Amino acid sequence: MTNIFRLTLALLCVIFSIASVQAQDETAARAKLVQAILSEGTEQQKALTEIADSGSKVASDVLFAWTRDGIYIYVAPDGSKVPVMLEDQQDVEGRARGIRIIDGQPVKDASGKDMKFGDSDLNTADTDMRLRGEIQQTLDMLALADPDSDARSSAVTKLGNSQKESYIPILQTRLTKEKDVGVQKAIAEAIADLQLFDTNPTIQITGITQLAGLNSIGSLDNLKQLATSKGDPRVVKLANQAVGSIEHHIWWVNFYGTIFRGVSLGSILLIVALGLAITFGLMGVINMAHGEMIAVGAYTTYFIQNIFGAGFSFAINLPFSIAGRPLGFGLNLPGLNATGWFYQSYFLFAIPLSFIMAALAGLVLERTVIQFLYRRPLESLLATWGVSLVMQQLFRMVFGANNVQVNSPSWLLGHFTIDDVSFGYNRVFVVAFAILIVIGTWLLLSKTPLGLLIRAVMQNRSMASCMGVRTTRVNMITFAFGSGLAGLAGAFLSQIGNVGPSLGQNYIVDSFMTVVVGGVGSIIGTVYSALGIGVSDQVLQQQLGSPVMGKIIVLTCIILFLQWKPGGLFSIRSRNLD
Amino acid sequence: MLVKTTKWELWIVAVATVSLLAVLPSLNAFTAPESLMHVSDFTINLYGKYLCYGILAISVDLLWGYTGLLSLGQCLFFALGGYMMGMYLMRMIGDLGQYHQPIPDFLVFLGWSRLPTFWEPFSSFAFALVMVILLPAVLALVFGFLAFRSRIKGVYFAILTQALTYAGCLLFFRNDLLMGGNNGFTDFKFIAGYDLRNASTQRGLYICTVLLLLGTYALCKWLTATKFGKVQQAIRDSENRVLFSGYATAHFKLFVFVLAAIIAGLAGALYVPQVGIINPSEMGPDKSLEAIIWVAVGGRGTLIGPVIGAFAVNAMKSWATRAYPDLWLLFLGLTFILVTLFMPKGIVGLPAQLGVVKQRFWPAKPVVDESKPVVVEEAPLTKPD
Repeated sequence: MTNIFRLTLALLCVIFSIASVQAQDETAARAKLVQAILSEGTEQQKALTEIADSGSKVASDVLFAWTRDGIYIYVAPDGSKVPVMLEDQQDVEGRARGIRIIDGQPVKDASGKDMKFGDSDLNTADTDMRLRGEIQQTLDMLALADPDSDARSSAVTKLGNSQKESYIPILQTRLTKEKDVGVQKAIAEAIADLQLFDTNPTIQITGITQLAGLNSIGSLDNLKQLATSKGDPRVVKLANQAVGSIEHHIWWVNFYGTIFRGVSLGSILLIVALGLAITFGLMGVINMAHGEMIAVGAYTTYFIQNIFGAGFSFAINLPFSIAGRPLGFGLNLPGLNATGWFYQSYFLFAIPLSFIMAALAGLVLERTVIQFLYRRPLESLLATWGVSLVMQQLFRMVFGANNVQVNSPSWLLGHFTIDDVSFGYNRVFVVAFAILIVIGTWLLLSKTPLGLLIRAVMQNRSMASCMGVRTTRVNMITFAFGSGLAGLAGAFLSQIGNVGPSLGQNYIVDSFMTVVVGGVGSIIGTVYSALGIGVSDQVLQQQLGSPVMGKIIVLTCIILFLQWKPGGLFSIRSRNLD
Repeated sequence: MLVKTTKWELWIVAVATVSLLAVLPSLNAFTAPESLMHVSDFTINLYGKYLCYGILAISVDLLWGYTGLLSLGQCLFFALGGYMMGMYLMRMIGDLGQYHQPIPDFLVFLGWSRLPTFWEPFSSFAFALVMVILLPAVLALVFGFLAFRSRIKGVYFAILTQALTYAGCLLFFRNDLLMGGNNGFTDFKFIAGYDLRNASTQRGLYICTVLLLLGTYALCKWLTATKFGKVQQAIRDSENRVLFSGYATAHFKLFVFVLAAIIAGLAGALYVPQVGIINPSEMGPDKSLEAIIWVAVGGRGTLIGPVIGAFAVNAMKSWATRAYPDLWLLFLGLTFILVTLFMPKGIVGLPAQLGVVKQRFWPAKPVVDESKPVVVEEAPLTKPD
């Protein structure tokens, strides 16, 4: 008990130091508090009612302490009674300073020194059952009057779950004063929820109808209880109907939530697969290291985050030695130790950088390996798989074998809800960015001179070369662009998933499937198939209740789908045989 | 492209047969453990494993090197064969498991009190053997029929088989498939009445593996030399021409695909009792890619190449994982890159490649040595676009 009391006092001290702005209200509230503590009977009730309307933070803290016997009466030398709280900090004899409720100042003796009291030095301000009940009610109403609408909502929900009908009038009073629509809804829900526990069937029915109309998910358990009870048959019947309608609502909420998660997953898949559609679809190169390009993007985000934070360092010790000295290398970069909005903006820097880093990696890969294999697509698969192994091992050596922690910037945290379906900002952001990227890629390929060259080379490399297109350069740029897109996907993935050395492996099969289903070489086909695969994956996962079965069914469906359309959704018509 | 049965190849096969089939087991069985000539049980076991990989590699090569089908799903069939044998071996544990129940431990763990129906017939060795062949064959037949009917080829075939393997891998990771889930099968005790922990049983399995490898080699050698084999290779070089000449290429491909699946399944069935464990990671797409790498390293389009490759890469793996556990993947990856870029014909093609280099720098000798497998011309495997 003393612990709670001390905690309250500590809170009070903090509040005292920062609350000067609210001084006016506070002073009035404090005066009322003192009045309530010192008076009795109807006068006390009146004072408590007035406090309830104030919404004052101090009042709720003091009242809380009061119910826990934390308010003491100090009798001043002139005989007047002064209500005080004891400070948290005690001296060696277990005595603490007394803080006057009236002004929040310590009690002083004649010489102006702070007086100290032990527990036994003072009488507590007495409470009885009835008074504690009234104080508790006042506290609840204070919470309902909290200036923060979220806090109000949660206070309302708490009262709604209390199963005590006595709160109904309080909530009804509050409903007339409430302006926030969300809180209004919460209050209506809470009132209806409490009405369920009434003994009068008419009131119960009002509550049930109200809850069914509101599709209140929170009251489902209470309704179920009512539906199985042996009460009034009309009540039971209505409760059954309400349970049915709410469960239906929950199904739809889950369904839309799943669709949304599917779309956001599909967007990631889309960005990954777009890069692949370009390198694989347009260039005919199977880049098994495409997944590692995703990891490059994700690790770049991690790296930038650390540079904005505490810095980044790694050390690799090779198991070889030259002239007795072990061979190894490492890097130690100091961080910017940024805080606040500057640190939160790291992701904005990370997005372009992850594109650039992955594009550079792609460029190096193209120059060192791929360019020799344009005529041997099956072998490009093997060589790039080797590259992917090497890159995974490098990630492991530099960043460690475990997943690394990438913190979402604060502006991507949180969510908003529409009709109980919650939309995470990070996922909304990913979807929006995916749309931008698709439009950008489409514009690049169809509206720019570079896009024209790319398409020409992809359609017929030798012919384009004869017409004077520098095909090697176009290849380089295209490959780098495709890899860069994978890097971008990695940056987004770091916000909604884990970042580890085998990150890319989890996506490579899916993204190849996406390209094949969409129709190789078709951007729009990739868009459709990415969204289709992403959504059906999530829906099946939800319906079957197991992620793996969903994935297996999707893969099987893809194999069967290709029976029907071997060229994918949007196959390019051509007279070519191969 | 096809390297003819040269004296070299005959010699290699003969020496390998004698040493693997007779010399190594005898040295293991009949010499004292402290003698210099002694071959330890561990080595026999290790070689048995490599040989199983060798058989798998031949099956990959039959598809890729001879028919031009790059299948990334060959390990699925290998693991399926292994699982079928594993089910039999699990039944043979009897009640010697941790829980001393008549059903496999993991089933007890999952809350089963009696054997699921589909497990019942696996108490019979013959049934398990039939399933080792049948399950991969049927799966290959269905998948191959669907894939070849819609003329999925080249890269798309590779990606689809990869998806198939991936799906299978995910499926076997599930506990409610009742196939051991994540941990798979292990702790085997007996096979056909023999104790698996005895050196002689392991030696027997090893000899079976050598015989199966020889059988597979002979079968493929014969098959690729027949008219069927010629059509098969023609499909690899130009499928459309073969199609227009009136051959139903899909049937040929389907036959080879099923045959390769059976071979892989048998290899898997011999692999499991020797290694003592089978779990879903054996059928991951990466394992299939590794098998393809063995073929690429050894030399595709030949029949000794894959076996040499499987031995070489796995010996390197065994060494590197012990000597440089952190860098092993770097070695493996770099090997693949370098082999693909600079050794398109693998180890078997190396003498010919060196010959070309020699011709370039010392062109004075126009005499062609009959004893060498001379492959000078670059025959493009896939048509340039």
